[in-house]
Amino acid sequence: MYKFILAFRYMFRKRISYFALAAVALCVFIVVVVMTIMNGLVDDFKQKNHSFTGDCVVQSESLVGFAYYEDFVEILDKENFIAAVSPVIKSYALVSLAGSSRNSGVEITGIDPIRHSSATGFGKSLYYHKNNTSKTFEPDYEPNLPGCVLGIDLVLTRNAKGQYNQREFILQKALVVSCFPLTAKGALSKAGTGLVNTKTFYYSDNSHSALASADSSVIYLPFEQAQLLCGMAGSTKRANAIHIKFKSNVKLKDGCGKVAVLWDKFKKAQQSQKQAALLDAVSVKSWKDSRRSFIAAMEKEQIMLTIMFVLVGVTTVFIVFVVFYMITSHKSKDIGILKSVGVSVGGIVNLFSNFAILVGLLGSALGSFAGWLFLLKINSIEQWLFEHFQFQLWDRTIYAIGSIPNRIEVDLLAVVIASAILACLIGAVLPGWRAAKCKPVDILQVSQL
Amino acid sequence: MNKENFILQAAELYKTYRLGKANVDVLKGVDLTINKGEFIAIVGASGSGKSTLLHILGTLDRSDKGEVSFAGQNLAKLKMRKLNKFRNKTIGFVFQFYHLLDELTVLENVLIPAMAQKSVFGWLFSRKTAKNRAKELLARFGLAGRIGHKPYQLSGGERQRVAIARALMNEPELLLADEPTGNLDSETGNGILKVFETLNKAGQTIVMVTHDEKIARRAGRIITLVDGKIENNV
Repeated sequence: MYKFILAFRYMFRKRISYFALAAVALCVFIVVVVMTIMNGLVDDFKQKNHSFTGDCVVQSESLVGFAYYEDFVEILDKENFIAAVSPVIKSYALVSLAGSSRNSGVEITGIDPIRHSSATGFGKSLYYHKNNTSKTFEPDYEPNLPGCVLGIDLVLTRNAKGQYNQREFILQKALVVSCFPLTAKGALSKAGTGLVNTKTFYYSDNSHSALASADSSVIYLPFEQAQLLCGMAGSTKRANAIHIKFKSNVKLKDGCGKVAVLWDKFKKAQQSQKQAALLDAVSVKSWKDSRRSFIAAMEKEQIMLTIMFVLVGVTTVFIVFVVFYMITSHKSKDIGILKSVGVSVGGIVNLFSNFAILVGLLGSALGSFAGWLFLLKINSIEQWLFEHFQFQLWDRTIYAIGSIPNRIEVDLLAVVIASAILACLIGAVLPGWRAAKCKPVDILQVSQL
Repeated sequence: MNKENFILQAAELYKTYRLGKANVDVLKGVDLTINKGEFIAIVGASGSGKSTLLHILGTLDRSDKGEVSFAGQNLAKLKMRKLNKFRNKTIGFVFQFYHLLDELTVLENVLIPAMAQKSVFGWLFSRKTAKNRAKELLARFGLAGRIGHKPYQLSGGERQRVAIARALMNEPELLLADEPTGNLDSETGNGILKVFETLNKAGQTIVMVTHDEKIARRAGRIITLVDGKIENNV
């Protein structure tokens, strides 16, 4: 019992203990705040990529695309583990406002809005047709005109708070889209002056996927129109990808595995077909693998940050070690007294371990509470800083975030607290052991002098 | 003296300390027998080895050669764990500088030997009895009104009485006191000696180290150490 009583008294009666407490609290605070924000950003980014892609993609690496996709879509539609399937055309094009000579390169994505909204989060990214995706490509000002959906950054700008200046009624805009149609062998399907396919589309909606790469460069067109523009609507129609959504009870790995098996089977069955060679460039990927190049960079940053915090942890261990070394040196008389009444080496180590756990627990509790409070108010603080000093941690005109992520994950908190306690124990064990091994007679005689 | 009366025996004790490059022989073959209920004073000049002898008898230190046995048991053969238990149950120490724990109250200081004996759960069951014993001891030494005080709030004499109460907490068979009055004025020191005399009359075995012959005369037997050897044992 003396181990607990003395640990408590050392904690609250020794000013130096507060330094150890402050070091632990500060470290926990920093780790909780930064990791919460970083994890929030990464999770948010992953979720947006997932929503953008669906669960699984059957895609060709080539712009030529692959044939017989309709047959495979039909097979997928019959599978009971699949919730939705959306074939997609993907290519590049030049786009200009009608009447203007200025043009820019964009990525065109041909979709069936109903199918694509079922397979991905496309429908939710729309502004005017969020609840009526069947009319996505029907401009409100003239429903009979061929519509197109623009990535939001192609058509709108953000204000300093990160909000887009959406209009209540859509503005009439005509856009001329020019595309190089390709043959099944990858050659240009036209020659001479009529090298490109050109068609005028009318702005019918904008899509805010919150992915900068998509929102700033993608134009969505009706599937058949995009197929025509890209030269994929010949006698054997082609598509570039099939986006798939699994039913909610299907695990990603299992679903992708099943699709891969179906694809292999389908590919073998098509071997004798004229354009079977195009199927060799097709792969089945989960959304994570499909978006790997985008996600990997952020995950790398997350790993780097974790390594940095391991170094912060090492610093904490060192601070606690120094503080405990000072405390055990200062309390050597106590150790001598305790040993003179029969307390064992283990008892002394235990006393300092209890003290370390107490420092770790209280420090973590303080740091976690401060972190929670700071995260709770982080968006208000940022708002206040912006209003008074025009300071923004993340410039909303650049970063695709609405607010700073501030939801603390319980498992992260548990790991941080456990690590803090462990760091304190590591920092305390050596000084505690060193003190416990001293001969009481040496200590008591020295302290008499 | 009947052999059954022996409580502690020391035979041929040698102890050498290393000071820098020189070896200092502190004890050079000390033989000693302590009987139950005795009040012994060990006297000697500074550096004669009296405190070292007391520490070896109390198992706070080990001799380089020789043997200390308690009730027939050779203490050198006890492992550290058993030696700690032995010290906790059988020996009570009183030091010149009291050596109380500053963070604890008077009552908690007295309870420390009892707490050291028990696990947390064991303590929960025995704490009431232990507290009663501690309070009774403190009351016996006139410190009933001081149980909640911290050591720094007490006078020297009061602190030493707390130290005696702590030493007696586990009802040790042997009380060892190292210059218990050395840090007190004569009146207060006299009070402490009276406490020792009362305890001895009640059957407590006491070994006290002092450099003061006058104080030593209050004991039943005086052992004089000179240059690491017992010169007189009367």
